[in-house]
Amino acid sequence: MQGAGPISGSRSFLSKLREGDEIARLITFIFAASVVLITISLVYELWIGSALPRHKFGLHFFVSQDWDPVMDQYGALPFIYGTLVTSAVALLLAIPLGIGASIFLAELAPPRISDTLQFFIDLLAAVPSVIYGLLGIFIIVPLIRNVIYPALNKPFGFLPIFKGPSYGVGFLTAGIVLAIMVIPYIISVSREVLLSVPRDQREAALALGSTRWESTWKVVVPFAKTGIMGSIFLALARALGETMAVTMVVGNSPKIAASLFAPGYSIAAVIANDFTEATGELQTQAYIELGLVLFLLTFILNGLARILIIVTTQKGSKVSN
Amino acid sequence: MKRTAVLLMAVLVASGVVWAQGLLINGAGASFPYPIYSKWFDVYHQKNGNMQFNYQSVGSGAGIKQVTEGTVDFGASDGPMNDEQLKAYQDKRGSEILHFPTVLGAAVPTYNVPGVSATLNFTPEALAGIFLGKITKWNDPAITGPNKGVNLPGNEIVVVHRSDGSGTTYIWTDYLSKVSDEWKSKVNKATSVNWPVGLGGKGSEGVTALIKQTPNSIGYVELIYAAQNNIPYGTVKNAAGTFVKADLKSVSEAAAGAAKDMPEDFRVSITNAPGKTAYPISSFTWLLIPSKIQDNAKRDAIKGFLTWMLADGQTYAEQLSYAKLPKEVIEKEKKAIAKVQ
Repeated sequence: MQGAGPISGSRSFLSKLREGDEIARLITFIFAASVVLITISLVYELWIGSALPRHKFGLHFFVSQDWDPVMDQYGALPFIYGTLVTSAVALLLAIPLGIGASIFLAELAPPRISDTLQFFIDLLAAVPSVIYGLLGIFIIVPLIRNVIYPALNKPFGFLPIFKGPSYGVGFLTAGIVLAIMVIPYIISVSREVLLSVPRDQREAALALGSTRWESTWKVVVPFAKTGIMGSIFLALARALGETMAVTMVVGNSPKIAASLFAPGYSIAAVIANDFTEATGELQTQAYIELGLVLFLLTFILNGLARILIIVTTQKGSKVSN
Repeated sequence: MKRTAVLLMAVLVASGVVWAQGLLINGAGASFPYPIYSKWFDVYHQKNGNMQFNYQSVGSGAGIKQVTEGTVDFGASDGPMNDEQLKAYQDKRGSEILHFPTVLGAAVPTYNVPGVSATLNFTPEALAGIFLGKITKWNDPAITGPNKGVNLPGNEIVVVHRSDGSGTTYIWTDYLSKVSDEWKSKVNKATSVNWPVGLGGKGSEGVTALIKQTPNSIGYVELIYAAQNNIPYGTVKNAAGTFVKADLKSVSEAAAGAAKDMPEDFRVSITNAPGKTAYPISSFTWLLIPSKIQDNAKRDAIKGFLTWMLADGQTYAEQLSYAKLPKEVIEKEKKAIAKVQ
């Protein structure tokens, strides 16, 4: 008769535990909770580990341009600037290419071609970032120096973003390499989202007399807009954190310059380069504080992507009713 | 039956692993001497099978940190520990840390000037001016002066330096601090500095790749790296006024010159050393050994290794393109081994 009481809270916890359901629930809850705990402890460690420079520099850390390990003066602005600029260039190049390709794959290509191309795109996404760095040094750097720089500097050299000499490496080179790295993400997610747009939407548009292109561009894409935005945020998150490929082609020079051809630096690159050789508590903790800044940046953007995806699914389910 | 079999296997494997270890001594530090340390530890293990030295080339800074924390038994660094770091070690571990020079290395200027295949001669003023960003063109008198007969173009110089913290940077900036007051006050010396101008390459490979890809560029790499990869490099004018090309002989000369005034703790910089044929941008690289080692077996093993390193070990240096220690320094070090207790 034990444990055979009414199905309510009057059964003890232990007796509930004897059934598989409760154990499964407990175990999976622990796993889920541990992920959250790991994230929290990561932020905690970054916070504790950067105590010295936080107290010494405070908010000045975010606006100072001077990164001098010898004088023990640390200002993160050149790295924040470099991270944002290279990511912005990457997105400016990747968004039109990525969305265009995903529209082709989802709407206009025959299914066989679409699946084959998707296979290659997945392959691109799986290539290690160091390989992209090598691609950057040996192919894109000469391309910039011999083709792109003369093409942009001669006619448009008066614009601040195209001014000055080119060394081959710089913000633009890093931006191009990052664009190549994040395009697969945009294509994959956008293609999925576009494919999931209900057929009736397309058919309704066509029935009302629109051309194929009009139905795609004016009906399907706006319907999938939030999902595409989500893919862009994911691409941005990857571009922000990319380390090896960037450090090989960005020029590694902690200076803020308006020109895209100038060498620069990014947060992930400087941590990868300098952290192991850092001497002294303040210098080591300064890199940890940089890590905290990058983590917060990525966290905020990932959070926004999450929220957008939630909004999409709610919206999608509402509309299809 | 199956379960006991698996359990038995696990026990056997675990004990097997433990049995095969013998004595394990861990070290970490500079990446510059990693090839020779690797060779030494391997040869030493062949001779003394019951002990194994494990070395991780994580960088001089990390090596100093880890030996101070006590996570490794010894460290290695391309730059001697400064007074602050010595004190930190003393405070943390309660005893001293000793420096033992092992081999010599050097940093050489490499360049890529279109149309120039000759070996360029550089004066200290030229190098300091270039890296400060003061000398901006290849046909500047400071560079053309010692290079009569070479047609240097009027192109802008592209400076390349290391982006990662490195012992080679330490040697280079140490030299520049000695020959240029402006460099000393503006930039000073460290494994990682605030470079006034230039692009950063990651590792010697990164610097070399950048120089190869960028016309009109100049940078610095380790002598060993340049020698083994057949990269052309220039000569540097030493303190005696001679333009010296770095090779094993001229680097050893630099150490011999400094051996006379060597301090007891071996923490000395031999850049810009006296001596007619001494190469001015040379440096020791050190093993950092605690003066008090609790574990008797480890202490004896380390002392045994140091003795071997100063004798047979030195014969392996040249074939790997490292310069040997001069005799005077070896003698002094042999006496210093007694300090490890």
